[in-house]
Amino acid sequence: MKNLYLAFTVVIFMSACSSSISPVDDGLDKQIFHFGNGSEPQGIDPHIVTGVPEHHLLISLCEGLTSSNPNGGQNLPGAAESWDISEDGTVYTFYLQKNGKWSNGDALTAHDFAWSWQRLLTPSLGSQYPDMLYYVKGASDFHNGITDNFNDVGVEVVDDYTFRVHLNNSTPFFLGLLSHYSTWPVHKETVLKHGTIDDRNGQWTRPGNFVCNGPFNLKSWELNSRIVVEKNPLYWDSNVVQLNEIHYYPVQNVMTEDRMFRAGQLHLTSTLPSQKCPVYIEENNPDLRVDPYMGTYFYRLNTKNPVLTDVRVRKALAFAIDRKKLVEKVTKCGQIPAYSFTPPGSAGYEPDTVIPFNPELAKQLLVEAGYGPGNEFPKLEILFNTNEDHRKLALAIQQMWQQNLGVDIVLVNQDWKVYLAREMIGDFQVSRAGWIGDYEDPNTFLDTLRPNRGNNKTGWENQDYDLLIEQANSENNQDVRYELLRQAENILIDEMPIIPLYTYVKSYQLSSDVKGYYPNYLDHHHPKYIYLERD
Amino acid sequence: MAIPVLLAVATMTFFLIKLAPGGPFDAEKAVSPQVLKNLNEVYNLDASQWEQYTDYMSGIVRGDFGPSFKYPGRSVTEMIGIGLPITFELAIYAILIALVIGVFSGVLAALKRNTLLDFIPMAIAMIGICVPTFLMGPLLVLIFGINLEWLPVAGWGQLAGDKILPSVTLGFAYAAYIARLSRGGMLEVLNQDFIRTARAKGLTETMVVIKHAMQGGLIPVVSFLGPAIAGLLAGSFVVETIFQIPGLGRFYVEAALNRDYTMILGTTIFFSAMIVFFNLLSDLAALWLNPRSRDVS
Repeated sequence: MKNLYLAFTVVIFMSACSSSISPVDDGLDKQIFHFGNGSEPQGIDPHIVTGVPEHHLLISLCEGLTSSNPNGGQNLPGAAESWDISEDGTVYTFYLQKNGKWSNGDALTAHDFAWSWQRLLTPSLGSQYPDMLYYVKGASDFHNGITDNFNDVGVEVVDDYTFRVHLNNSTPFFLGLLSHYSTWPVHKETVLKHGTIDDRNGQWTRPGNFVCNGPFNLKSWELNSRIVVEKNPLYWDSNVVQLNEIHYYPVQNVMTEDRMFRAGQLHLTSTLPSQKCPVYIEENNPDLRVDPYMGTYFYRLNTKNPVLTDVRVRKALAFAIDRKKLVEKVTKCGQIPAYSFTPPGSAGYEPDTVIPFNPELAKQLLVEAGYGPGNEFPKLEILFNTNEDHRKLALAIQQMWQQNLGVDIVLVNQDWKVYLAREMIGDFQVSRAGWIGDYEDPNTFLDTLRPNRGNNKTGWENQDYDLLIEQANSENNQDVRYELLRQAENILIDEMPIIPLYTYVKSYQLSSDVKGYYPNYLDHHHPKYIYLERD
Repeated sequence: MAIPVLLAVATMTFFLIKLAPGGPFDAEKAVSPQVLKNLNEVYNLDASQWEQYTDYMSGIVRGDFGPSFKYPGRSVTEMIGIGLPITFELAIYAILIALVIGVFSGVLAALKRNTLLDFIPMAIAMIGICVPTFLMGPLLVLIFGINLEWLPVAGWGQLAGDKILPSVTLGFAYAAYIARLSRGGMLEVLNQDFIRTARAKGLTETMVVIKHAMQGGLIPVVSFLGPAIAGLLAGSFVVETIFQIPGLGRFYVEAALNRDYTMILGTTIFFSAMIVFFNLLSDLAALWLNPRSRDVS
């Protein structure tokens, strides 16, 4: 037995001697950024994939016409060095970088963008983000099979380096849309070499095959383990790029990711175990970052449910929640109480809606709705997907509604896919929900609650609301536009098909050696500006 | 028997996963009906259940488990091919650790019955059985990875020594079972007449134990090994998640959560085949070790 223990100790010591330098320290010398990326990306075909880990990877591999500003705000030049917008805001002309190249050395031209957008809109590809281009003339018709002639779509190749886009209406947030990877180009010859235009399973995205136009090239991909990208010397702005490699680790378990950071295996974590956030705040952990994030956590109300058809009931529920207490006692990681659906400050937009915490008024509203002695309020269900944080919040709200309104609440915890399926078919009363902005504009939130939008899920329809959003999206003057959106948001909060609870924050850990990584609302961090330097 | 068993498993799994609410393309940001229609067409989900079933089964016969729904561009066969060697390697290390520790402790405990050398290993074995891997793993990481900084806390084959902690974590739980089984088996054998005869013939105690007692005493361990290896392959999910190991166990569980139909089917059929195979192997090994079974057969 003693010999066995001795043997183990020797093995452990031997390995200890050989791993004296951590990946983080090693990375500092070699400019290799070790990046916690949450989960295994579905893939790297920008027209197929969806999700945040995919975005982190694609932003290093490909580039759209414009690129994300590292500090947030207006997009910067990307594949296009400049652009013109017509006076009525419906025609955008992009002038491409003359030295823009694909990673195989081919010139990047306007034809590439036209073909890529055609691919995104090809129905048989089954892309999940074609609506990003629905603002372009004829795009929706092409995608929905009303026309199969791509010449009907408002995309024009003026010459090799000039790309013109005709929109249905003036769409002030159009440039913002272009920071979404679904609008980015793919290399036609490479795609077609490994499949057809609508082949979802083509092998063109594999290391060795993959060609794109971003600041980094795909070097290796070990499934569920690590993806390595290396600096692309052919990138038009390669002089700015300081990192030599980025190693993306798909660490789904947040506790494992936290341990990897503490052990010097990661420079950056994708998130933070929620129970650790308040501890790290109290300890003044220098690596902790809590940044503003363009997302809202809310409860969705099924307005078709007989109990919730009455707006007074919906308002009573909203007024009986103490949001301040929720963020201070339950979430405890710097979240901000939400009194509007759109997070305040989205591209300078400030909603002026008010949701009071007023249990007396809430009770009175329930009485007005006909509930009271003799007609007790029926049991109400809160549906949420299996997650400890959602459960804690639901428990707090259950208690608030029971205390402030005397309403009996049942918590219903479901597997993620079951929860989604129940939401989609309207089999719920109240369900937890979250929405993260795709681009920095209030429209990315308010549009979701228009009638016939798949993400509405509340059954709520309001023609005035719809009209105001429509008008706002055709308005060029930002002040007038924001005023129209504020009016729409007031209708929304007055009708209360959703109950906003808090505005998200992005909490994570970042090594102090990482420079050029700035907080921004969309959590878009262009790796070409990031570098490593001993603090 | 193996083929009908696998056929039944494949058929039942195929229809059961279709009964589960939710589909592979459900997401928080819902896709439009048009996009959903396109996706269903691409993956043949708009065909009748029977048509999908016959298509799938004819694919299996050709060795094609279909494309993954979650990871476009990846086939299920390819993903199993990537995950399996890693899970298998982890299982082999774990079972070796389990065998060395388990058999050694079990035999020692049986030989030194009712002494400290019996009580201590058996108490540790009981702890090993009771402490789940999701507690043991982080505990070992905290001690050897974070506090002592001796070993990496996660990864597989990327940093020196990163295979030690997951193998020990997984092996320890099985070592505990093996220790108790070896002790029980050895105690039974040590009281048999042929052991007394061996001792009477003047053999050394070491020879008696190694040559005579262990052959019979370890039969329960051998019988346990087949299901244990199959269980290690299918049940390594927790350790793979804790230590960020890209094995098959993670694919298996994530496929179920993602409703990745083809991946669920592929991994279920594959693990079923493994269980059938290792059970058969352990039956054959037990038969070979036990002369009485051979006589009966």
